[in-house]
Amino acid sequence: MNVSRYLKNIILIELFVPVLLLTIGIYHGLMQVIYRAGVIHQASVAKLDYYQGLTLHGVINAIVLTTFFAVAFGHATIAFFLKREPGRKASLLSLLLMVTGTLMAAAAMLSGKASVLYTFYPPLKAHPAFYIGTAMLIVGSWVAYWDWSVIYVRWKREHKEENTPLAVIGTLVNFTIWFVCTLAVAYEVLVLLVPWSLGWTTGINVMLARTLFWFFGHALVYFWLLPAYIMFYTMLPKLAGGKLYSGTAGRIAFFLFLLFSIPIGVHHQFGEPSIGRGVKLTQSLLTFAVAIPSFITAFTIAASLEHAAWLRGGRGLYSWIWKLPFFRKDVFLFGYLINGLILFIFGGLTGLVNASYSLNNTVHNTSFIPGHFHLTVAGPVFLAILGMSIFLVSQLTGKKIYLPAINTIIPYLWTVGVLIFSTGLMWGGLMGEPRRTNMGLTYLNPASELYHSYWVISSMLGLAGGGIMFAAGFLYFIVFFGTFLRKRSAAPMIDFPVSESLHEEKRIPLFDTFRPWLVVMGFIIFMAYLPAISDALNNTGKKAPPYLPTDPTPIVTKKP
Amino acid sequence: MIDKYERNVIIVALLLSALFIFSLFYAMGARKADVTECLPYDKSYETARVNQIDKSTYQIFYVARMWSFEPAITYIPVGSEVDLFLTSQDVVHGFDIYNKNVNLMGVPGGVSKTTVRFDQPGVYKVVCHEFCGTGHQNMQAEIIVNYPKK
Repeated sequence: MNVSRYLKNIILIELFVPVLLLTIGIYHGLMQVIYRAGVIHQASVAKLDYYQGLTLHGVINAIVLTTFFAVAFGHATIAFFLKREPGRKASLLSLLLMVTGTLMAAAAMLSGKASVLYTFYPPLKAHPAFYIGTAMLIVGSWVAYWDWSVIYVRWKREHKEENTPLAVIGTLVNFTIWFVCTLAVAYEVLVLLVPWSLGWTTGINVMLARTLFWFFGHALVYFWLLPAYIMFYTMLPKLAGGKLYSGTAGRIAFFLFLLFSIPIGVHHQFGEPSIGRGVKLTQSLLTFAVAIPSFITAFTIAASLEHAAWLRGGRGLYSWIWKLPFFRKDVFLFGYLINGLILFIFGGLTGLVNASYSLNNTVHNTSFIPGHFHLTVAGPVFLAILGMSIFLVSQLTGKKIYLPAINTIIPYLWTVGVLIFSTGLMWGGLMGEPRRTNMGLTYLNPASELYHSYWVISSMLGLAGGGIMFAAGFLYFIVFFGTFLRKRSAAPMIDFPVSESLHEEKRIPLFDTFRPWLVVMGFIIFMAYLPAISDALNNTGKKAPPYLPTDPTPIVTKKP
Repeated sequence: MIDKYERNVIIVALLLSALFIFSLFYAMGARKADVTECLPYDKSYETARVNQIDKSTYQIFYVARMWSFEPAITYIPVGSEVDLFLTSQDVVHGFDIYNKNVNLMGVPGGVSKTTVRFDQPGVYKVVCHEFCGTGHQNMQAEIIVNYPKK
């Protein structure tokens, strides 16, 4: 379908800005593995400190890129499936807020005044611009969501008996989760952190801040993941040359995510004081509930792919797999999505390890954790973003993809890199290797008395995998920016591959409405989080003053 | 309404989750593996010390600060059961004993507690695994269990 010049430009800017910043994010990814493996024994390289680079890597890759992409892809999805373009004022306001916020946070991080990592755990204090910038980025994405909700409600009023397209359900579920979970982090940032970082309040309840952060922090990973899920359900079967095995399964999966994405955040806090074991156990069990929609998806997508391969003449128990279009330039998105799915098998299973209550003692805050989440956020999420960003740029600019053969190879190269990288990190993690630590200075420095020889091989594997990932990322930048620079050869448009359903789908009213699901969602969140928040408030004994990462004495605010 | 294969796969997924949840409770019950216990905060936890309760029962009160643990080195006899308490005086710290499945967070204003048995002699390294500022990678402690014999 044709898109207006206006929407086209909004989407292109929302892809271009984060990918430009991603060059910084990926550079620091490479630097992490170099420092950690003990190749260099330095606190900083090119005037950028290890922990400053780690902050840039986390914030740019996991917050900026993912949020911009979710909004850009949401605009395209709503416009394409509902045949209505998002409002001009709302999408412009959303874009301006997101870009301004990102620039503020980036300036704070690059100047070294916000080296507090992307979790910004108080009482480490960053420059207020970091907190305010991040909040503006989030609020900007809310504006887009509110606008789409209005479009959806109007569309639904005119199409009462028609099943809402699965991609639209997915987009709205995703942003509803995002809106609810970011309310907590907005409260943390605007009410607790900003006045405290400006010196207006003297102390902060650290456990309350952490609990609010993780209310947001785990739902965040589903916000990353669901755009990829939308592509798996609505595009991947078509790309493979087949049909979607069951659309209803997709609807069930999305609504289950709506229910269970948020009330599980305490599974990041098993090691922490103040929160009771009962709350921890409850949220551990709820985490297993959120694994169910992923199991359903694994089956539905595998069944759809098998069906597609059979249509292409594939037979046998497993040999049909080789009939799938792995390296075809015209359906290059298939390569990006299938590699993401393969990584997600391991990402999902290691996630269940992390969530398994006392088993978490073995892995919490060790390098097992980044090993796990590079199989998820740097797996299906990142590959879907890379593939779809090239797809959208090519269509919206009307330009052919630069180096299409390289483009089909990128996801495979990336996947090999991530598998080696994560193996190294998870192995090291099981041997107690800490995450977020400049190990080159001490633990992997033979000259230091803290030297741990048994982390050498695992961190070397991390280095090898990280190097391959960097190479794949570099090739992606060449293809992405190269496509921008080509001459236009077609009219701008959006034309997603759309999977039809294999079986005839009846409209089931329960899976075509939000109201009952929202009520249940609110109820579960309330039941799961009321005791967590009340524990954090009641068991925490004192408030903490702010600290700079460089100084063991607190920042004393001048008495007026 | 729902496809036969699809129904089966949902049942398998539920059974698999049930198996995981059973294992989780088994570890809690039969193997006494549990997560950090929550205690109400008290100022006295900010004094680092080692208490011997009886011949083989100890309490260690750890205080974490940028960028060290106190007590930095503790001597414990083989076969001791140790209650570990941890709090922080400044920012958030981590506490991980290699090979012992002890994994605590040290948070200002909060007290983490766990219990651990040392049946093998050796030097047990404690690593801070939460980013706590520019000296984070230097933050380590040791628990020495009859090694060398004291």
